[in-house]
Amino acid sequence: MLAPSEILSRLERLLPTVQKPGRYTGGELNQVVKDWDSVKTRVALVFPDIYDLGMSNLGLAILYDLLNQCPEVLAERAFSPWVDMETAMRSIGLPLFSLESKHPLIDFDIVGFSLPYETLYTNTLNALDLAGIPLFSSDRTAKDPLVIAGGHAAFNPEPMHAFIDAFVIGEGEEVIHEIVSVHQAWREQKVNREDLLHSLAGIQGVYVPAFYRAHYNSDGTFSRMERLWEGAANPVIKRIVAQLPPPLTRFIVPYIDTVHNRIPIEIMRGCTRGCRFCHAGMITRPVRERPMDEIVNAVEQAIAQTGFEEIGLLSLSSSDYTQVVDLVQTVNQRFVGRHLSISLPSLRIETVSVDLMDAVMDERRSGFTLAPEAATERMRRIINKPVSTEQLMETARAIFSRGWPTLKLYFMIGHPSETMEDVQAVADLCKAVLAEGRKVLGGRATVHAGVSTFVPKPHTPFQWVPSETIENIRAKQGLLKRQMHTPGLKLTWTPPEETLLEAWLSRGDRRMAQVIFAAWQRGARFDAWKDGFNYQAWMDAFTETGLDPAFYTHRQRLPFETFPWEHISTTLRKKFLFDDYLRSQREETLDDCRQGCFACGILPAFAGVRRQHPGDIWKCPDVSPRPQMKAQDLTKSEALG
Amino acid sequence: MRYTSHLDLHKTWERTIRRTGLPLVYSQGFNPRPKLQLASALPLGFTSDSEVLDAWFAETDLSITQILEAMQKAAPPGLQIHNVTEIDSTKPPLQTQVRSAEYVITLLESVPNLEVCLESRLSDSSLPRQRRGKPYDLRPLIETLSLLLPDEQGRSRIAMRLSAREAATGRPEEVLAALGISPESTRIHRSHLIFDE
Repeated sequence: MLAPSEILSRLERLLPTVQKPGRYTGGELNQVVKDWDSVKTRVALVFPDIYDLGMSNLGLAILYDLLNQCPEVLAERAFSPWVDMETAMRSIGLPLFSLESKHPLIDFDIVGFSLPYETLYTNTLNALDLAGIPLFSSDRTAKDPLVIAGGHAAFNPEPMHAFIDAFVIGEGEEVIHEIVSVHQAWREQKVNREDLLHSLAGIQGVYVPAFYRAHYNSDGTFSRMERLWEGAANPVIKRIVAQLPPPLTRFIVPYIDTVHNRIPIEIMRGCTRGCRFCHAGMITRPVRERPMDEIVNAVEQAIAQTGFEEIGLLSLSSSDYTQVVDLVQTVNQRFVGRHLSISLPSLRIETVSVDLMDAVMDERRSGFTLAPEAATERMRRIINKPVSTEQLMETARAIFSRGWPTLKLYFMIGHPSETMEDVQAVADLCKAVLAEGRKVLGGRATVHAGVSTFVPKPHTPFQWVPSETIENIRAKQGLLKRQMHTPGLKLTWTPPEETLLEAWLSRGDRRMAQVIFAAWQRGARFDAWKDGFNYQAWMDAFTETGLDPAFYTHRQRLPFETFPWEHISTTLRKKFLFDDYLRSQREETLDDCRQGCFACGILPAFAGVRRQHPGDIWKCPDVSPRPQMKAQDLTKSEALG
Repeated sequence: MRYTSHLDLHKTWERTIRRTGLPLVYSQGFNPRPKLQLASALPLGFTSDSEVLDAWFAETDLSITQILEAMQKAAPPGLQIHNVTEIDSTKPPLQTQVRSAEYVITLLESVPNLEVCLESRLSDSSLPRQRRGKPYDLRPLIETLSLLLPDEQGRSRIAMRLSAREAATGRPEEVLAALGISPESTRIHRSHLIFDE
């Protein structure tokens, strides 16, 4: 393959001809460059979208830091080149390279993809192709890098099973080291690739698709997953870290503008609210908080190490962080006068949130965001986000009267059993909120409604429900566009085709791999981008492979149906999810599970871990001490999980 | 870091100073901005060893040397801080004092009859060109234009001094284009900024 010096010299000729060349140069503050020959394992971490997006991904930054802390390992970054750069690279035969040392990706031992969402799948294929790595796992030999992937989308890995050698299910902080050591051990003997895959499959939370074969019923539905090797786990249980490690503070500081120019500090992981549409809320359980002093110290260190002007205190539901008021006050006192803005996303719809945001230093105070997700109380009961309209209005009033001129409201259309009245309610609610704002601020008040379309996700109580059809989405969006064409009201929505793509891929099975491949061959890439998304390429891909897109999206799945992702376990019991789905049909809500455990399945699965980490670290109840057992029984029961 | 735009470079300076913890002054108002002013924007893709900026600090006990050391420690790769001087805050900002800029251009590909070409452009009394659809005369903006000795790799180099006043700024790519050289086959380095006395 090409030497880094040759890549660099070719790159230098291309850079003046492309947009934003700073995406491709590397060399930023806090990047880690190690001597290539001084380490045993070289890992390329790839975010399959452009630098501007990928550099804001916290997961990738964490893995980069963890791997580079190991003396025997180096980790470097790679991103998808934008369309102009891709054309330029292909025209002169420049392969995809790492930003740090400019090594071609094919020279690395392990290439790891971050797959937070499904619309990155074609970009993943494109990155492999640009790197000169065989696209199909089955075509790779011991000389090729090991291709792994992880992230939220990997909880249904099946559509990508043909392209990825091994998936990491769940949290990567610990398992990444296990993968590296398995790889090192294999390299020392280096028999064949099969051996590497066998040892990888032995790691908890690692899924090697090659050891499974999917079977289907005559009606096309999934029947079962056959294990081709008895050592392969079924199910593959996700990994969690018992306790969140201290947060990363030494972030790479890009020279160019990226989507989030901020220090992201994760204050807690998981969510106890149980919104039924929410994939993240189901797959990231249990809730684990970081101690407050750890967060505050991390902010201090990160400012000194990066100089960023914004801090994001991140979680799925920041209001639920036990010491949230204290945290905000402490951060405030400690960093006052330093011209920082602090963001605290995902606040609950209650006036306390306004107090919180009021206390947070934000010099700009431009917009306040709330996510009611649905506009009627009935619909909010169905999705289990029970907030009364009165509470929402009261919160909105508080927001405007404390001086925020813009209120951003997030909604989804296409929830199960949604009617046109529920959609009309979105417009009505926004107008009512705007009217409140006008009372306080006059013409300065604006409401921005971000209306996306619900996509049923695997491992959630809504995994059984059909997605909205394109005709219905258009009708509902049409209604909103007509009704919300009012001064002071701004409406944004997701193109229906994009929603369908996400829906096909979210609950796809192994056969979807052919569709992804065919769509990529027809030029599909940057599917998450308005100007990149090529709907026709996908429709043609379905036609070519003989699969019906509606089968994946518009079919009401049967209660007893086996799903193609059931061999991947979040540890939430299927019965728990189904009961919750039935509850939603009865418009019944489920409380915050900190008030009482609903036995989702996390605790029995991770009882051992919980027992070793009792108390406030988790928001799940404690488990009783293990009864006395003989050593022999102990191993047996551990094995049974 | 030569592919950092002017705005992003501004941000880079702000972050460098924030890392030092030095008391940078911010503007008042709804959207406070750091009081930092680069003397002259450096176009994307250029390198430079003549970046000069004004930065306003609140009272500090630190000496100039301590400030310089703190800045040097906090600077990102590619940004070297040579000098810090205290100036009278009543003086006009650097931005208004820039008169001209000197550039050294390295040619990555050889150009035949380069010297003849330079002389012929210099002997022209006007060089009508267009920029963003507006016609203008490039010739009066060229103060000097000459051939330098080749670099260690034997590549030809051109030196030029161009006017850098507001509304009268000569761009080195334009001069190269007038010489029939594609700017993409060159490396442009800003070697010096010249200020009013």
